[in-house]
Amino acid sequence: MFHSKVYVTLKKSILDPQGKAVEHGIHSLGFENISEVRIGKYIEMDIDADKQEDAERITKEISEKLLANLVMEVFSFTVEPIKE
Amino acid sequence: MAKAKFGIVVFPGSNCDHDSLYVAETILQQEARLIWHKEGSIGDVDVVILPGGFSYGDYLRCGAIARFSPIMKDVVRFANNGGLVIGICNGFQVLTEAGLLPGVLLRNQSLLFICKYLHLRVENPNSNFTNQCIQGEVLEIPIAHGEGNYFTDPDTLKSLEDNQQVVFRYCDKNGNVTDEANLNGSLNNIAGIINNKGNVLGMMPHPERASDPMLKHTDGRKIFDSIMQSLNLQLNVVERYAEERS
Repeated sequence: MFHSKVYVTLKKSILDPQGKAVEHGIHSLGFENISEVRIGKYIEMDIDADKQEDAERITKEISEKLLANLVMEVFSFTVEPIKE
Repeated sequence: MAKAKFGIVVFPGSNCDHDSLYVAETILQQEARLIWHKEGSIGDVDVVILPGGFSYGDYLRCGAIARFSPIMKDVVRFANNGGLVIGICNGFQVLTEAGLLPGVLLRNQSLLFICKYLHLRVENPNSNFTNQCIQGEVLEIPIAHGEGNYFTDPDTLKSLEDNQQVVFRYCDKNGNVTDEANLNGSLNNIAGIINNKGNVLGMMPHPERASDPMLKHTDGRKIFDSIMQSLNLQLNVVERYAEERS
């Protein structure tokens, strides 16, 4: 068994108004030195696979086909074995 | 004489399905039926409507889960065979996720859910969905969405423009395409596009909410009348429909 963590964010080229709004909030909080705030999604899942590379391949395919829309988003992920 | 058959797909969370049904049955006086998303076939229909709403609660992304509903395979088959498909609001989002239309609908630039009447300029009056309009005609049709900010890559945008696939643009009441009229921030003020073959339309505004004279606004009717005209050319029921309208 493996555990995947997938991170999905808007492409750099796409304006992230939600990130901008949060950035304003952070500035109001008093942290003026914060910039480039981006909001994304975080998805976890367990994968019943035998090998690390299989789990990575499956994670990549699911990310490309469902978790991220590559027209507007990019994704990254980590896959780690679950110790039983 | 046969009536046109409308099929309206119902996803969990669709909420404009009955409005579309009402327009097809009561306003247009055609046959119409709701098609539950778990069905494997759309059956014998002439036009498919993917209605507005919040399919699957808009979880993950608008339309992202709906496109995996069993019915979508048959909708894609129908569209690829040239069948007329119109996706309204959430239906537009489902069409982009399903790959039947290019691009994607981002969160409105203002982050606000916008529900109001606004104006659209008809950019291509020759499509299956706008043949009852004239070039540059201004339609008043409401929007109601939080994610309607049309985006695509520069190459796709150029091909959409070059092929006249942009059928509606947000404009002011005089037909001027301005930034102020572009409430959700769409690229090139895009409010609706068709696919390359011209048989699939996606639009964020709701023509089904502007089709009943009781509601004062009837500009949306022109889109349904255009669909009827296109179907009539296929179905040879043009005389009957023209008679009933006159």
